[in-house]
Amino acid sequence: MRDFRARFAPEIARVERRYLLRGGLSLGAVSLLAGCDLSHKNSLIDRALWAMLRFNDRVQAALFDPNRLARTYSRAEIARPFRFNAYYPESQVPVVDAAAWKLEVGGLVADRSPWTLAKLLMLPRESQITRHICVEGWSQIGEWSGVPLRHFLTAVGADLRARYVAFDCLDDYTSSIDMASALHPQTILAVDFEQAPLTPPWGAPLRLRIPTKLGFKNPKYIGAITVTNTYPGGYWEDQGYDWFSGS
Amino acid sequence: MSERERPYPVILRLTHWVGAAAMIVMILSGWQIYNASPILPFVFPVGLGGWLAAGIAWHIAAMWVLMADGVVYLVWAVASGHFQRDFWPLSVAAVGRDLGAALRLRLAHDTGRYNAVQKLLYGGVIAASVLAVLTGLSMWKPVQLGWLSAAFGGYPVARVLHFCLMSAITIFLFVHVVMVGVVPSTLRRMVG
Repeated sequence: MRDFRARFAPEIARVERRYLLRGGLSLGAVSLLAGCDLSHKNSLIDRALWAMLRFNDRVQAALFDPNRLARTYSRAEIARPFRFNAYYPESQVPVVDAAAWKLEVGGLVADRSPWTLAKLLMLPRESQITRHICVEGWSQIGEWSGVPLRHFLTAVGADLRARYVAFDCLDDYTSSIDMASALHPQTILAVDFEQAPLTPPWGAPLRLRIPTKLGFKNPKYIGAITVTNTYPGGYWEDQGYDWFSGS
Repeated sequence: MSERERPYPVILRLTHWVGAAAMIVMILSGWQIYNASPILPFVFPVGLGGWLAAGIAWHIAAMWVLMADGVVYLVWAVASGHFQRDFWPLSVAAVGRDLGAALRLRLAHDTGRYNAVQKLLYGGVIAASVLAVLTGLSMWKPVQLGWLSAAFGGYPVARVLHFCLMSAITIFLFVHVVMVGVVPSTLRRMVG
């Protein structure tokens, strides 16, 4: 699974180039603003856009209320079929052997020993029916249940004053969230989807479900959790998607 | 200098042009965002940023400019009596009369006072812009601003409303630019 991104990198790069080409050709007069797509590190406009992204992260952190809950819905409102989403097609989802799987724990924690799924399931669990909002704009209501992340962080003796919680995934995806959002009561390490254990498309054996953030901040196939004060970024975040992406 | 030749107040000219630039950036970057997950069976042929992340970056950067500009304009328009003086009174009959005259190309457009069609269109685009900002905020923060999201019927409904408001503002922009072409003296007053 380590070479997952390597295998798809050429395809991703090709798709991105196609997007840029199409965007560039179609922008016409607007493309005179050379470097307005976040990929030109020396362009003044792109640097201003990146600075605004960081400013917006600070505004969003200030707007975040740790006690405000995302709206919950009834079972009748759940979307079926639920839409698959990843940076690769559904046919390429990793199939993880849950029995052999271990969750690595690192960074500012008292106990770094890895967790098995059985050990994780001994922590209290909660379920939620919430709206999953994708950065693309579409949204769907789904049901997840699992261990609130704050219970897990407490159990490993994490420094709860640290700034970030980072996720490394077995599909080579990465993401990270702020500690305040990590401690939110609806932020869970999900093991079930629609009242049944997660299956490969939905992130088996473990995925983050965080209804106070956009969909891409809900990493699947989690392999490692790290508590840190060093900005970890993430797969999409490093390319220019707004890091905080709070709802 | 007669009333009909004098430039508009400097704050009106400033907020008009800053708001126009911010609104155009919002519309073009909004098209980029729309194209990532269209709600109608078409995509826009142009978009600002070239891909979704850059479209969003433009959108939430220009959002601050548009909101600050809008607040300055609205405070000034209320405090200076601009709204009361230039937008009131407005009646259905007057709109019908002036719209009929406009369509027969017989409407005086530059008398130093807004005619009824201008009052309706300018008032309408201001209201649409305010609602576009509010629906946008409700989609940006559907949890933290849950009350605002609920007021618009929830996230998916706000998304459709936001699109409709963009459409209305875009149509206004076309009509507005055509009318400025018909009556260019209004442009001189707005430039100063």
